[in-house]
Amino acid sequence: MAEDIQHSDTYDIALHHRFQWEEAQSSYVILFPEGMVKLHGGAGEILKRVDGKTTVGQIVDALKTAFPEADNIEADILGMFEMALGKAWIRKIN
Amino acid sequence: MTQNSLGDSAVQQDVQAQTKNNGVAANVTQTQPLWLLAEVTYRCPLQCAFCYNPTDFDKHTQNELTTEQWITTLRDARKMGALQLGISGGEPLLRDDIEDIVIEAKKLGYYSNLITSGVGLTEKRIKAFKEGGLDHIQLSMHDITEEINNFITNTKTFKLKQKVAAMIKDHGYPMVLNVVIHRYNIGHLKEILEMAEALGADYIELANTQYYGWSLVNRAQLMPQKEQVEEAERITNEFREKSGSDMKIFFVVPDYFGDRPKKCMNGWGEVFMIVTANGDVLPCHSARVLPNMEFPNVKADGLEYAWKESPAFNKYRGNDWMKEPCRSCSEKDNDLGGCRCQAFLLSGDAESADPVCSKSPNRHLIDQAIEDSKNPTLADKPIIFRTNANSKKYGEGDKERIEGFHGVP
Repeated sequence: MAEDIQHSDTYDIALHHRFQWEEAQSSYVILFPEGMVKLHGGAGEILKRVDGKTTVGQIVDALKTAFPEADNIEADILGMFEMALGKAWIRKIN
Repeated sequence: MTQNSLGDSAVQQDVQAQTKNNGVAANVTQTQPLWLLAEVTYRCPLQCAFCYNPTDFDKHTQNELTTEQWITTLRDARKMGALQLGISGGEPLLRDDIEDIVIEAKKLGYYSNLITSGVGLTEKRIKAFKEGGLDHIQLSMHDITEEINNFITNTKTFKLKQKVAAMIKDHGYPMVLNVVIHRYNIGHLKEILEMAEALGADYIELANTQYYGWSLVNRAQLMPQKEQVEEAERITNEFREKSGSDMKIFFVVPDYFGDRPKKCMNGWGEVFMIVTANGDVLPCHSARVLPNMEFPNVKADGLEYAWKESPAFNKYRGNDWMKEPCRSCSEKDNDLGGCRCQAFLLSGDAESADPVCSKSPNRHLIDQAIEDSKNPTLADKPIIFRTNANSKKYGEGDKERIEGFHGVP
């Protein structure tokens, strides 16, 4: 599923998936039938902003503001969206 | 209930490290239980020939934990980091407090899964589960034919399962099907996959029978031929390629036909914690068959002690316990020597290499089992169903039937 991620796209967490902070693991996780994925810090920061309303472009801007010292953060964010979509953790709203 | 359903295919601990800027170290070794399997009862209306439950389950049907004890167990496990909750059995729906357990699970932040045969699932109950926050329901299916479904479960449950599948879908649940594969249905795999797709399944697990509990007793009768398993895998792959649906298919490979053992439970005491109907805490479903082991119990010991300190959970962690050929094997961390229960059940020595391994001095036991399954005299013997009466016999030591299986209780 090599779909191009556009700044105007909106995504939400996929149906039957749950995204939550796990204190015991100090990380965000995605839970779904028969499985779970532990996300590292960067991925968690991105997915916690995926809410079915905020566009990819707005998320990029928010993260640039939140992490001003990070280089080339935009490519990483788009790469993360592509991967999350490929793994069906997120679904496109419009 | 199948051993596979929370086993090999289940843990997808897919730790991603995509971005480099603000990522933290990924793939840290787990020291917390991530999965809690609550085997809330061993009572079951079905009598499946392949059930992994203990053959002496009858001993554990009168001393089940109370609702309050289950809720305490859920709370304690969650504090320790457990995230995925399987509510299983037996048939969990035989208890009338599953609704309360589900509500508590939701409150605590578990991703909860009811693992059921579907018997006892009514409109009223499924509504209560939905409102209570149950995340998904895993339904066992047996075949596309009424004949085989009813035969292997020893009950007339075929039509009910179709009805329950529709009910699950209607209530907006992901449809997760589990089909245990054995000689009697392996030839119907294509049709089983088509049925799953027609039912709108989101996930289907094709769980080749693993031989513990009742399935070990019936091994020669249940085991398919190697060629049949290869054909089944081919059909599955072909279906994956051709089917346009998003249905995810897990094909759990049977270890007997391989030459390396499975990394059982993803490692002893690594991520799985099982609490049985009477409160015993186990690192794997069938651990109670192991000799000279005393397993902790939630009533006396609590979960924290069970996981961190109990001798039983520490016994086979890591690889210090290993003997040769495992100890010096370059692959020992890939599979951790395989399954302790399988090693014991087949060889009589729990610390020996899993006999599935081609490096094991006991591999001939597996090869013999494969040969036995081709022997019509053994393969056509009557199946011993998982009934209370049969369980009583095993509990009392039915030596005649279990001859040849060292460890079957």
